Amino acid sequence: MVAVQVIVGGLLLGAIYALFSSGLTLIWGMMNFINFAHGEFVMLGMYVALLVVVYIGGGPAIFGIAAAVALAVLGIAIYFSLIRHVIRGPMLAQILSTFGLALLLRYTAFWIFSANFVSLPANALSGTVSLAGVYLPVAQLVAGIVAIVLTIGLHLLLTRTAVGSKLLAVAEDRTAAMLMGIRPDRMQALAWGLSAGAAGIAGALMAIAYPWSPSVGETFVLIAFVVVALGGFGSVLGSLYAGLITGLIQAVSAFWLGAIYKDIVVYGLFVALLWLRPQGLMGKA
Amino acid sequence: MSDLVVEHLEVRYGDLVGVADISLKVRAGQVVALLGSNGAGKTTTLNAIAGVVRPRGKVEWRGEQIAGQPAYAIVSKGLALSPEGWRLFVAQTVEQNLRLGATALADRARAAALFERVYALFPRLAERRRQLAGTLSGGERQMLALGRALMSEPQLLMLDEPSLGLAPAVVEALYDTLAELHRQGLTLLLAEQSILLALGIADYAYVLQTGRIALEGPAADLQKNEQVREIYLGIATRAAAP
Ligand SMILES: Nc1ncnc2c1ncn2[C@@H]1O[C@H](COP(=O)(O)OP(=O)(O)OP(=O)(O)O)[C@@H](O)[C@H]1O
Ligand SMILES: [Mg+2]
Repeated sequence: MVAVQVIVGGLLLGAIYALFSSGLTLIWGMMNFINFAHGEFVMLGMYVALLVVVYIGGGPAIFGIAAAVALAVLGIAIYFSLIRHVIRGPMLAQILSTFGLALLLRYTAFWIFSANFVSLPANALSGTVSLAGVYLPVAQLVAGIVAIVLTIGLHLLLTRTAVGSKLLAVAEDRTAAMLMGIRPDRMQALAWGLSAGAAGIAGALMAIAYPWSPSVGETFVLIAFVVVALGGFGSVLGSLYAGLITGLIQAVSAFWLGAIYKDIVVYGLFVALLWLRPQGLMGKA
Repeated sequence: MSDLVVEHLEVRYGDLVGVADISLKVRAGQVVALLGSNGAGKTTTLNAIAGVVRPRGKVEWRGEQIAGQPAYAIVSKGLALSPEGWRLFVAQTVEQNLRLGATALADRARAAALFERVYALFPRLAERRRQLAGTLSGGERQMLALGRALMSEPQLLMLDEPSLGLAPAVVEALYDTLAELHRQGLTLLLAEQSILLALGIADYAYVLQTGRIALEGPAADLQKNEQVREIYLGIATRAAAP
């Protein structure tokens, strides 16, 4: 039973990895831009959730949506104020711009919130449930399931709607998309909004179940890199599978090898994967 | 009155000259051919008119200067370009590609009628509407490219080497379709290396050479002119002689 509990716990955390990683794959795989600040978007989503709970009140639905909207707006603002100016510049300018942004967001968070670990006050999702003998915190269960639903929702948005089709068209061939009458700038801004919004709500879901400090972004961005590489650049469904697998591997190695080894195992597998299948597990050759 | 008037069009790629000096006119209902060998400047000319590259000089569409406007603005004025190599969205379905073609439509309600028209023109596309564009055959891709361009209901359709890389039978079918569209009133500006085919349906033609108009005239005249055939079109008329 303990083994089942470890596995389910890993998958539920992995679902949240999947959600924020699908945001990264949107920008990285589709728009070919590496956002090193993506982990900080998740971190900010966590603090938005905290601020909403403390100062405004309301349940997970309220602070989850608040985090998504706040980060989506931030993502769009960052696109227009920063990314647009470096997107066709040299690679180094791209890397430095979002790397600098990551540091700026991280240390602003340190300054405002201090380095202490915090967690959300007890809410409607506190407590545990027992499913067929497996004990799970309600918060983890709800956060994981919502994350899976949202990731699938993002996949459907991209593949089944007119706006998703336009977004993919810009990603595939910017010039041809312009010849159709699509304004690439708007689609890129939308991609940044969706990407940051997904990170924001993933942060809020994470905050329901786990404590955090301003430095979590660093870990999350690395995990997102692993998940995106594993799932294939640009594939949201790939991110879903890869996120679940990553959460699972982490949980299993933490349980059987010890907590300090969980990240080493994940990054070790990541390096091995880049060696053996640079296109990702799910990616096309 | 001409719908499209291009005067002294010049495009530079950094220090390189794409086209040096191009002037041409297209009237409503005409088929105009842009001919010339590799690197003559056909693609550059069409791209400049469509707003893919920024030209100097005049590009006037129905009295409005459109040179320098972005491609997405120009297509919504009724000028559509099906670019060289077709540039389909290969990761999306046939239907999605067609719907993307309808983005510039002012009247969204027209889309359904246009879908019907394109599917009637190319029943093979209707059968394959859920198939990814990347999995289509060469001929089907060409149909999709043409269909996608028609989805914006253009008043002027520009096609950049639509016959490139196609089997002769497929090219023939394509030109039958173009002739049919012309009969229905579509105005065409056509860049081609398949000179005889293009002259076959064109009313008027321009021959480009290193970024300039070397020769122009009614298609029928160019077709007859032996000197033209030899020098500019590279067709050896005396090849059959002993
Ligand atoms: N992106 C570019 N950068 C630099 N030079 C270019 C670019 N595109 C075209 N050129 C140059 O501009 C000139 C005209 O090229 P263009 O593609 O317009 O010719 P074309 O008539 O379409 O040829 P083809 O029949 O081979 O397609 C050529 O000398 C070409 O090398
Ligand atoms: Mg060309």
